[in-house]
Amino acid sequence: MTEAMPSYLSPTGQEIIFLLLGAVAVGSALLVVTTRQLVHAALWLVVTFGALAGCYLVLTAEFVAWVQVLIYVGAVIVLLLFGIMLTRAPIGRSTDLDSGNRPAAVVVALATAAILVTVVIDGFRMAYTPLTPGQGGAAELGGSIFSTWVLPFEALSVLLLAALIGAIVLSRTDITGANGTNQRGDGPNGLSRTDTPGGGSPPDQTGGH
Amino acid sequence: MHIVYPAVVSALLFSIGVYGVLARRNTILVLMSVELMLNAVNLNLVAFDVWLGDRLHSGQVLTLFVIVIAAAEVGVGLAIVLALYRNRRTVDLDYLRDLAEPADGPTPGNPTVTDQAQTQRHTTDDQPVERDHGDGRPAGRGGKS
Repeated sequence: MTEAMPSYLSPTGQEIIFLLLGAVAVGSALLVVTTRQLVHAALWLVVTFGALAGCYLVLTAEFVAWVQVLIYVGAVIVLLLFGIMLTRAPIGRSTDLDSGNRPAAVVVALATAAILVTVVIDGFRMAYTPLTPGQGGAAELGGSIFSTWVLPFEALSVLLLAALIGAIVLSRTDITGANGTNQRGDGPNGLSRTDTPGGGSPPDQTGGH
Repeated sequence: MHIVYPAVVSALLFSIGVYGVLARRNTILVLMSVELMLNAVNLNLVAFDVWLGDRLHSGQVLTLFVIVIAAAEVGVGLAIVLALYRNRRTVDLDYLRDLAEPADGPTPGNPTVTDQAQTQRHTTDDQPVERDHGDGRPAGRGGKS
């Protein structure tokens, strides 16, 4: 693992590309959490995920890179954009995207970054591995998943089914609870229906199915 | 490839995710920050899988599992956010304080039980911020405790 470590002062081409991609990922992630426009946050997240897919490619994890592109850039971003639009978020600049505990968040994040970076550099300063391509292709990963990791794979498929059913149950409005009332709207203090006149079906005003 | 590089990038991404979760107010932005943290973990898993040369590819397989779980999490999370928006007309985390401890003094913009009657008169307002324009009653937790 740690054989004949080259110097940090003469980086290889792979390391330079990785560091550039990592800088893009970190910079766009910073823009995700600091931008004033909701839609731009989602679009900067695309840049972050794309740069991370490039990082996986440099690290010879090709299949993971393409799965990242397919699922994150393809599906998760679209879901988040759907969420932004269905909650009628303001398009354009909005001033109140940060909550009141922003200074505390800055302190906590800086402390986390300092501790993690210090520990990581201290622990893995001498770690080096040459990158040999062909270790993360679909054939190797598929063989590994369907021989060693079959049981977690099946458990994960059941979890996906449960998440699917859960999302459907949460987003449907005509599923009633045991006492005949709306399942989501019958909080103990009746708070949940304060915005709907007469406790009628809530989605009439949103139009968001 | 020095392992420090992906480890440091992943640590920075994780810290940015922590900042986003703590500082953002919109629920969807918090979900995005959670995605950033999950991606930091993924980068770590891939890097250490390459470093250790695992024959079973446990790091990369676990990365795939994390990606799948993140997709499921975003689906359920967005369903919850949409149900919340349907019932409350807001996804701002600062206004969703019903499970919080009773604070000392009125929390600004907290729709409480006593405002229900007023709220039903003003059914078209999208912002639950100023709910105290009914009969001069303060928007705090008037008769809650």
